[in-house]
This record gives sequence, structure tokens and C-alpha cells, in this order.
Amino acid sequence: MKELLLGNDAVARGLYEAGVAIVSSYPGTPSTEITECAAKYPEIYAEWAPNEKVAMEVAIGSAIGGRRAFCGMKHVGLNVAADPLFTVSYSGINAGLVIGVADDPGMHSSQNEQDSRHYAASAKVPMLEPADSADACAFTKAAYEISEQFDTPVLLRMSTRISHSQSLVELSEREEQPLREYVKNPAKYVMMPAFAKAKHVVVEERTRRLTDFAETTSLNQIFWNDTKIGVIAAGSTYQYAREVLGDRASYLKLGMIHPLPVQLIRDFAAKVETLYVIEELDDVIETHCRKIGVNVIGKELFPWIGEFSQKLIEEKLFGPRKIPYAYPEAIPNRPPVLCAGCPHRGLFFVLHQLKVTVSGDIGCYTLGASAPLSAMDTTICMGASVSGLHGFNMARGGDSAAHSVAVIGDSTFIHSGITGLINIAYNQGTSTVIILDNSITGMTGHQQNPTTGYTLKGDPTAKVSLEKLCAAVGINRVRVVDPYNLAETRKAIEEELAVDEPSVIISRRPCALLKYVKHKAPLKIVTDNCRGCKACLRLGCPAISVIDGKAVIDNTQCVGCGLCADLCKFQAITAEEESK
Amino acid sequence: MNKNVMIVGVGGQGSLLASKLLGHVVMQAGYDVKVSEVHGMSQRGGSVVTYVKYSDEKVWSPVINEGEADIIISFELLEAARWVSFLKEGGTLVVNNQEIAPMPVITGTAAYPEDIAGKLRSSGVNLKLVDALALALEAGSAKATNVVLMGAVANAMDFPEEMWQKAIDECVPQKFLELNRKAFALGRGRRA
Repeated sequence: MKELLLGNDAVARGLYEAGVAIVSSYPGTPSTEITECAAKYPEIYAEWAPNEKVAMEVAIGSAIGGRRAFCGMKHVGLNVAADPLFTVSYSGINAGLVIGVADDPGMHSSQNEQDSRHYAASAKVPMLEPADSADACAFTKAAYEISEQFDTPVLLRMSTRISHSQSLVELSEREEQPLREYVKNPAKYVMMPAFAKAKHVVVEERTRRLTDFAETTSLNQIFWNDTKIGVIAAGSTYQYAREVLGDRASYLKLGMIHPLPVQLIRDFAAKVETLYVIEELDDVIETHCRKIGVNVIGKELFPWIGEFSQKLIEEKLFGPRKIPYAYPEAIPNRPPVLCAGCPHRGLFFVLHQLKVTVSGDIGCYTLGASAPLSAMDTTICMGASVSGLHGFNMARGGDSAAHSVAVIGDSTFIHSGITGLINIAYNQGTSTVIILDNSITGMTGHQQNPTTGYTLKGDPTAKVSLEKLCAAVGINRVRVVDPYNLAETRKAIEEELAVDEPSVIISRRPCALLKYVKHKAPLKIVTDNCRGCKACLRLGCPAISVIDGKAVIDNTQCVGCGLCADLCKFQAITAEEESK
Repeated sequence: MNKNVMIVGVGGQGSLLASKLLGHVVMQAGYDVKVSEVHGMSQRGGSVVTYVKYSDEKVWSPVINEGEADIIISFELLEAARWVSFLKEGGTLVVNNQEIAPMPVITGTAAYPEDIAGKLRSSGVNLKLVDALALALEAGSAKATNVVLMGAVANAMDFPEEMWQKAIDECVPQKFLELNRKAFALGRGRRA
């Protein structure tokens, strides 16, 4: 039976069919749906871990314990999990272990555009790269075979376009895997120097054997057509090239991108006249070709930056395309914004008013950096708001800590903000940290986390108390505010900035998009009272605008949060029932 | 035969359900199909685009580029202007006659263009303007705007009615079935 599946759902299907028993991940666009979908199979135990390092260690433990295991993450998540990756490469596994990593060329929803293929090379583990959903399912299963055959973790590289495109997948039955015997074996699993030295020899030998495997595996495929042009590509770029060139070119489609084959590439190159390597981001395949003496056209023609497309490839090869229709005037941008009713809006409005330096973090609330709130100074990575603010204040000294705050979401705080907070308390900092607790992991599409009280499977569970956690690490001043209450929020921030000790403010209100959050009726404009002063527009709410000098509320978006009414000095914005 | 259909709009308008409906219809008709979606940050009130491509041969790239779309369904007027360059010569643009101000317009750093529909028509575009929000409200909820538009699009495509009905049955939760069937019929131009 064929089904139309998202690339990520096809990976989950592959996990199911491969008899995988354990999945532990941290959400991150574009990888999130793999784990959400895997959780729907009752045969798979699936969990959200507090961060990618924990997730990978859980999966490693499961694989050593004898069950096929998986962990999934976005590209930057692999930076967090790199520590266990490099050493599980040495120890190897017992049951199969596959690590899904999703890159984001074009940075649709990421803070950088790093190329995860380098991790495969530097950690010396094989990496597969599917080119559609059918590949995603099949390669996931193949990855477990490779993992167990070569005693190695296997990286499965996805990208936004493969993860978030649906295509047809032929479904198969699940093949249950028996629990493998666990045998105590320190020389294999205890990576202290004496044992690790021996294992490094094994790793190098394994890479040699995997290179032989790459020469013959059906994961790498040649499609012969006209031989004037040859194309080497993997993943989505293979699809783009095939769409542009059709039968005018022959293709070497690489499904296994580490280690890369040598003879297969030399043989393919020998039979085509002009050979292109088309790859997004870095020149990984191209560098390999040059190293083995194969001359190719690569990055001198195709960009290092951004996502490719059939149009890009066509224009690089054949020149500009004619576009039939063009809109005759400038079109305003439509950047993403905090949703109407977003609890973060009130907090960022106050921070904007207070003109403090804001050390930011990764989540929906990064949108607080955009105009008109413009209330963010830095965003680097998960957790850096808290630790970075401490460094900023230590460097600047004086009263820097009285004019700066860190903002971090509930899930991000658990991921890696807590260690920064321990650092502040331990090292006698005086910084103020604001935890934006909206009771969910928001940006990635509403995942549970240790502060929400529910597991990935939806079962009630232990709930981290942020108040007690912060107190336990040595923060004496912890208080909770409702960001819909602007006056209370402002007072709390001013007071905590003024004290000469570290403090935590928990800005607490559930995400307005959560199903259980009841919305009030849309607010109404009392047109006669509106002076068109635009004070309400300073909130940057997408549901309110000024048309012909009067404020207008979009009924389809407004959830009645009341912030705009709070700002209006002329009682021009009112709740519906009052205006009747 | 290859067909490229784009669904564009503002994050949160329900374009994922629209593309799901079309995907289910195309599947029933036995075509190869790819659907490409936007998840994550861009969804938060930003400009969003979904690509649906189907063919009686194989579909390669999951995305649609400038000059390639047979049909563009726009959930909002400004987004129709933004994406019109993706339309193929002679393609059809189905547009919801609704304006949603983007943040630069709200903050006053840009103006919302006037008479977008008129300007698109003068550019020679085959434009079908639909009052989808009003029809959705008539069906019972503004949330059904997406399905009204799919009803309007169904008129520009060759798939039989029963395929659309089956797709609606498969994609819409039971309790919203009646609402969405009505919304689809109104989009098609039929009154109950």
C-alpha cells in the first residue's frame, strides 16, 4: 500500500518497520515530526529529552542495552550532542543506533546554515542522505543494517526540503527485533585511554571497510542517459538537477555521503564529458572528487549559501529564465511576528519601554527582536542568554547588571539555561534572568517538556517547578508575573534590576495557541473615541492596524488579550460586551 | 502531463489543510505527487507557501519556481501580488479578496498597495477573485475560509466532485465535516 508521507513521517515509518524500540529526541525544526510521528506507534517507546545530548546518550544506552534506538535533532542540536557522538563512534553499539540530523539550507527556521556532513567525516561514522520520502523510509531501515553490520552509529541526514515534503511511500510490515544479549565488555564500552587507543584502530579499519561497501551498495545509484553531461548529487539537489536536465544528463545519485566511494566516482567520471558536482552548502563531495583526482565543476559555479532550486541550477547552466508576470510596484515584506494574544508581547513591550539590554535566546520569543518591539540585543544559541548575560555584565562592570536582562523560554531554560543560572549564582553574579514560561515548547509546534507536566505520549508526569529549581541553585529572589499585566510586569523588572543580587522573574502565561486556552471575544474600537494616535500599534500586534486614521481590529485574529486597551488613553478600545 | 499548484497566504490561515485536501484528490486520481510545506518560524504570521505537484510520470523537485505554476491559490491579496511571478504563462490565480496588513504596514514603514486585483488583471493575469471570508462566515465559521477557496479552485480543475468529497471526509475531523462540506459547496458557487 502506498501512502503520501512527509519525509519526517517516512523516517518514523522506517523506524517502525525496522523494529526500533526506543526513540529519544529534542524538538528542532525541521526534525521535530520524526519523533512526534514515531510516538504514534504503540510498539515504539518515544520521549522528549531535555536536550540533544541527553537524547543521544539515552539512545546510546538503549543500543548498548540491546534494542534498536534512534534520536533526532536539528543541525545545531548535533553540536550539543557532539560529545557522545565522537565517542560512541569508538565504542560502537550492540543493537543498531541511528541519529537523525536535519539541516536547514536557506535558514527557514534556524540561526545558522551549518553543514552536518562534516560531523560524519570528523566523527568517522557513516551518513546516509535520502532524496524523497520513499528513500527516507528505505534508508532508515538500511541504516540499521549498516549499524549492526559494521558496529557503528549511523547518521541519517535530512534537510528542510526532504523533511517537509510529502511523497509516496510503499509501506511494509514491522520486523520485530529480539532483545539482544548484553555482555559486559569494558574493552568495548569503557572508553578510557587504554581501551580507546585500541578502538581508534578499529574505527579506521571500519572506515576502510565502509568505503568498500560504498562502492557497491544500492544506496548509491547511477542513471545513464546522455553522457555529454554527468551530475553527482545527493538529496534534494538530485531532484532539482533531474528536473532541469532530464535525459540530457547522466546521474550518480549518492545515498551514502560518508564515506564516499572512490572507484564508483572515477568510473562514472570517465564515461561523461563534463562532470558537475551539485551540492548545497559546503563542497564536501567536490573536495573528495578532487582528492581522488577527479576533475569536476562545483563551487566555481554553484553557491555556498542558501537553498538550491531547479531554477538556480537552470540559470547557472543556461542563463536567466523569462518570467511571464510581474507585479508592477514594491510589495511590503511579511516577516513572521508574535501571534495575536502572545504572552511574550507584554513582556517585550515593557523591556522596550525600559530600554534595557536584552540577552536573547532561541524560540518564538526571538521574534521580540523585530520592530516595533525591537527588544533583543543578542541571540546565539540555546541557553546563551543566561550565560552570555553574566559574561556581558562581568565585562562591563559598574551598573551593567542594573540595565540588562536575559530572556529564555521554559523549554530552552531546561535545555541549557539552568547551567548558566547555576554559573551566575555560584560566581556571585547579579544578573536578572526572565523565564518566559508559556507552558509549552512553542516555536517547533507545541511539544511537551519537563515543565509542562506531560510526556510526549500525553501521559501526566512529574513537573519541574521553575521556582523551586531556581531557588535550589542559590537564587534567593524568584518571582512570578503575568505578562498580560503590564504594570505588574514593569514593577517586577524595575525592582529586580535595582537589587544587588541575582534574580529570576518567571513571566507566566500559556501560549495563546494552546487548545485549552480560552479566548475572549475580539475587542472593539469605539471609533468616536479613537484619535488615531497609534499608541496601540507600538505593541506590534498583527490584529490591530490603523486605516484612514482610525484603529481597526481584525476579528479573525484578535483573542481579546486587552493589551491594546490597556495602552489606549482615550477608552477607544473595549471588550465587546461593554460596547453593547 | 505535469501540474504545479501553489497555495500561498499568511501563516495561520490554514493552508496545510488545503494542500492536504488537494494531495488526497490527486492520490485518488492515481498520479505521482509531491507536496512541500513550511513549518517552524515562518509559520508565525509570515508569508507562507505550499507546493503541490502531480504528474502521470514521475515528479522530481518538490518545489515550484518562478514561471512554473499552473494555478496559484492565494489566501490574501498582498500574497497574490508577492507570488504572481511564479505563475506560468496563461496560468490561473485564485485569490481570496481579503487584506491582512503585514507588520511593516502596521508600523507605518510601508503602505499596503491599492487595487491589487486591478493591477494583477492589467498585467494580463487570469484572476478569479473570491469573497472567501464572507462565504466561510455564511457556512458557519471564518476558519473554513481555506475550504471555500478549495471549492473555488475545484472549478478550475478537472477532478470529479466525489474525489473532493472523499478527500474532505478523510482530512476533516468529524465534528467539522458539515461546516466544511457547506464551505466547499459555497466556494464551488453552489447554494444549499
